[in-house]
Amino acid sequence: MSTTLAHLPLGRPARIESVAGERAFRRRLLELGFLPGVEVTLVGVAPLGDPLEIEVRGCRFSLRKAEAEVIAVEDASTVMAAK
Amino acid sequence: MSAAPARSPALPRVALAGNPNTGKTSLFNRLTGSNARVGNYPGVTVEREIGRWALDVGPVEVMDVPGAYSLASRSAEEQVAMRAIFGLDGEVRPSAVIVVIDATQLVRNLYFALQLIEAGVPIVLALNLMDIARAQGQAPDPVRVSDALGVPVVGVSANTGEGLPALAAAVSRVLATPDEGRARPMWRYPHALEKDLGRLSTLVTSTDGSADRPREARALAIWALLSVEDGDELIDVPGAVRQEVATLRAAATAQGRDLDAEIIGARYQWLDGLGLARSPDSTVSFTDKVDRWLLHPVFGLAAFLLVMGVLFQALFAWSDPFIGLIESGFSWLGESTRAVVPPGLVADFLVDGLINGFGSVLVFLPQILMLFAMLGFLEDSGYMARVAYLVDRGMKAVGLHGRAFVPMLSGYACAVPAIMATRTLERRRDRLLTMMVVPLMSCSARLPVYTLIIASLFPVNGRFLWVFPVQGAMMVFMYVFSTLMALIAAAVLGKTLLRGPKVPLLLELPPYRLPSWSSVFRQMWLRARMFVTEAGTVILGCTVVLWVLLSFPKETLKDYDALRAGASDEVVATLDAEEDGELLRNSYGGRLGQAIEPLIAPLGFDWKIGVGLVGAFAAREVFVSTMGVVYGIGSDTDEQSLPLRDRIRAERHPDGSAIYTPLTGLSLMVFFALSAQCMSTLAVVKRESRSWRWPMFLFAYMTVLAWVASFVVYQGGRALGLG
Repeated sequence: MSTTLAHLPLGRPARIESVAGERAFRRRLLELGFLPGVEVTLVGVAPLGDPLEIEVRGCRFSLRKAEAEVIAVEDASTVMAAK
Repeated sequence: MSAAPARSPALPRVALAGNPNTGKTSLFNRLTGSNARVGNYPGVTVEREIGRWALDVGPVEVMDVPGAYSLASRSAEEQVAMRAIFGLDGEVRPSAVIVVIDATQLVRNLYFALQLIEAGVPIVLALNLMDIARAQGQAPDPVRVSDALGVPVVGVSANTGEGLPALAAAVSRVLATPDEGRARPMWRYPHALEKDLGRLSTLVTSTDGSADRPREARALAIWALLSVEDGDELIDVPGAVRQEVATLRAAATAQGRDLDAEIIGARYQWLDGLGLARSPDSTVSFTDKVDRWLLHPVFGLAAFLLVMGVLFQALFAWSDPFIGLIESGFSWLGESTRAVVPPGLVADFLVDGLINGFGSVLVFLPQILMLFAMLGFLEDSGYMARVAYLVDRGMKAVGLHGRAFVPMLSGYACAVPAIMATRTLERRRDRLLTMMVVPLMSCSARLPVYTLIIASLFPVNGRFLWVFPVQGAMMVFMYVFSTLMALIAAAVLGKTLLRGPKVPLLLELPPYRLPSWSSVFRQMWLRARMFVTEAGTVILGCTVVLWVLLSFPKETLKDYDALRAGASDEVVATLDAEEDGELLRNSYGGRLGQAIEPLIAPLGFDWKIGVGLVGAFAAREVFVSTMGVVYGIGSDTDEQSLPLRDRIRAERHPDGSAIYTPLTGLSLMVFFALSAQCMSTLAVVKRESRSWRWPMFLFAYMTVLAWVASFVVYQGGRALGLG
């Protein structure tokens, strides 16, 4: 099932499908290794509800919810459950 | 800076570059010891440290390049790394670059190194943090990395000193034979992209004359293709290159190609294919375990409050004894000078001008040192990124960066160290915005003014809303008021004068690490030295100017010497205080206070308060002692002084009405809360913004804000019949 990084369940890895968004921000995401096919996990949410804590390639990053919407992911576990 | 070693342009320069959070600064300290000099990158307010490193082949200069994830950039500030490495800033071109790599984050860090290999810059890879990588069972093999990339690779640890001799040897070899540090890029870009790059590099070569360095021209072409866009803030990009990039990108988009993904994807695909990365032994790291508590919705916020409480306590309370020590030291020095130098102009200048001026500078050191100790600890441990993460939601609401939280909080103690702390922010716009609003936070120097006014004019037993003691409620009100005004000012300035492109949050949360104490001490020493030599000079100058303003011309109507002759000690003391008051009132500063009376009368202030405001420019708390002198009570008064309180209550307008009513008091406190009555703040803003424009703007906007707010309070209150 296709969704965005912002809507992933906590702690469940998913594969990046595509990265959209404003150009400089998107370029920075790609350069940090947020590339299609790479595994990404929503690790946590800040106590005030935003931003998010994301793990990619063993590194932790923080993005705001609105900006995590630009990262489309394939939720692998949901795919398996559907099959 | 006179303390720095003399510049020797003949030395070869080695740049130290890499991602943020790789321990680059610790390595810099290890290599250069304590001899670094701090300067600025040409054209931008990005600090640069250069130090000397003794190699066997002779000394070299090491230059610390700001941490970056990539050379690609969108602003002049991000461009600094790229310009420094290519020597495009009109400075010495580095003979070799040490790329500092976090051994626990190999692939992402190597992405940066690939760009230098592509450009044909001679490099040595330093795999730093090897001790930590080893403990986690994920230490990469330097030989394998070197075989794969074709450049020298050394495993090091800036913390333990491991591998530094090998690093020195590798750098020496590359300096002697630059080709040893170069490799052929083995990653391939799609054919269509290569054609684009061919066209663009020809153009780059013709515009910058790098004909003898074809690989560098190609690297610059790739850089331009990734970086240049409409509305970027890059500097020195030739118009022709800009135009060609736009043409090529438009054509690519029309063909359904994604240039950014093609370039970045090709590099990562090659890197991932090398299979160099090793996963750590355990899936749940130490950092995860700590973060489970420190980022917890309840315990995380509690821990945050505790950490900030300690920071605030350090600034507010722990620095106090040291401040007292410095103050009494300088007053002892003043008294000793008076004991030796005969009374007169020379003694006054030495004591009230110079010694007082040096004291006014050094008195900031305890708080500066405390704050930079805390900042160093927060940054190096990795907690500062968590602070930004935890408070982002709230700070974003007023347009401030999460990292601005610590400077804002420090502003409650003193704006001077708080403004110096804005360097923890990466973007100039964020730094400036924070600097412009920190002085609105109610600092500890306003406290004596509030105390004096509240204690003099508000009833001890009065109750606000039947429960709260009026005096306490007023104090709380002033703090809430100043905080709200700072947040509103941030929101307004961020949307107007300091409006910038909206930058999404993309914050690395690095693993927790033990701070290196030598790095922390080094920062404390550097910042303190810079404050004293740069901002300190301005503060000292201002103190002397203020002394002149408030001491000359020495004119009195009465002949006090004649009156004192033969009078009793008590009478002499009264006469002394009276003479001091008259001298001050007749001084240039005193006349300035009288001259501005028409301006401040609508706020409920008379000219004597005007003189106090002039005197308070040295530091806000000086208002109290200045009023003591103006009223002829003597300069030894503080906010607890009962005669001063009585005098304030007794002051009358010529028509017999009281000058100080609770309404005047409130108006005066509001004025102090909002005005930029502090030369040291302005001096340090000048130092940190590297221009006179920003301190001038700060002074202007805060003064106008203070005047308007006091006007509204006083005239509004009178209209409501409260005067």
